[in-house]
Amino acid sequence: MLHTINKSPFEKNTFETCIRFLMPGDPLLFIEDGVYAVQSGNKFSPALEGVLKTNPVFALRPDLDARGITAIADGVECVDYEGFVALVEEHQVNSWF
Amino acid sequence: MENENIKKIMHVLRHAPHGTIYTYEGLEMILIMAAYEQDLSVVFIGDGVYALKKGQDTSGIGIKGFSKTFMALDGYDVEKLYVDRVSLEERGLTEEDLVVTVEVLDAEETGRLMKEQDVIIHH
Amino acid sequence: MKIGILLKEGPYNHQASDTAFKFAEAAIKKGHTVDAVFLYNDGVTNVTKLMDPPQDDRNIAGRWSELSKKHGVEILACIAASKRRGISDDVLIEGSAITGLGTLTDIAIRNDRLITFGD
Repeated sequence: MLHTINKSPFEKNTFETCIRFLMPGDPLLFIEDGVYAVQSGNKFSPALEGVLKTNPVFALRPDLDARGITAIADGVECVDYEGFVALVEEHQVNSWF
Repeated sequence: MENENIKKIMHVLRHAPHGTIYTYEGLEMILIMAAYEQDLSVVFIGDGVYALKKGQDTSGIGIKGFSKTFMALDGYDVEKLYVDRVSLEERGLTEEDLVVTVEVLDAEETGRLMKEQDVIIHH
Repeated sequence: MKIGILLKEGPYNHQASDTAFKFAEAAIKKGHTVDAVFLYNDGVTNVTKLMDPPQDDRNIAGRWSELSKKHGVEILACIAASKRRGISDDVLIEGSAITGLGTLTDIAIRNDRLITFGD
């Protein structure tokens, strides 16, 4: 199951809620304002590090670029829309807003 | 009996009932889908649990109330109603405060159910 | 692979419509079939031809219309949601149609994936 998150963790608790339901191994993809979660050195970095121990984490590069985010937490893989589609090929999707 | 033509479809209600239309239109979607004999489940997470709270009276805000419609879901064969335990407890609510009988699940149980689904729609 | 898309927000206010469009384009480019884009909640306002954004901005309704024409993607607005929001056949852009929630159920059943974009 691919989980996507499109909300800034500073605006809504979507990230904190979603990770309670993640099963080990399920990929997590940050899109839209969700990508603010993967900027390194923020309040949510420890929580993200915890997720990275058990789950692959991705962020949509065009959304990072659009927001000027260049310092990205170690272990997060950046993908473009084609990479997003590739994840959907492999998994059913759970889109968290 | 497993039927490969039957899809597991989960609806996740995460908004409080009247501040936005998401829960109401989500319920409308659930009622239509119920007629198609798929394997439906409904999960209440976060403020979604407020949709089930007893004693709602919307007469003063000019919006049609719909908490009682959740009671009718059983008649549409939508019997899998799950509530996230943490969401309920965080809000100081118990099952006694809800208009319908639900199964209260830990996040891990809900996570496992989510993993089994063909389709998940958040409202 | 056959993919259905559920879009739950209107244009411009949220990025959901833009992401859904980019995703659909990328999926088609990778050789997948995007069967339908079903519009729900405020999403139904994605397909009004009365939309007239400034020239240097994207025309979201026009973009869905082009996707439908080029790739045969059905762009379908929920009838109940449309009625609430003043969307009728009179204002629909070419390539879109109004239909019921039963169609969304069919889309969920007949596709390998149903992916939701919203807010």
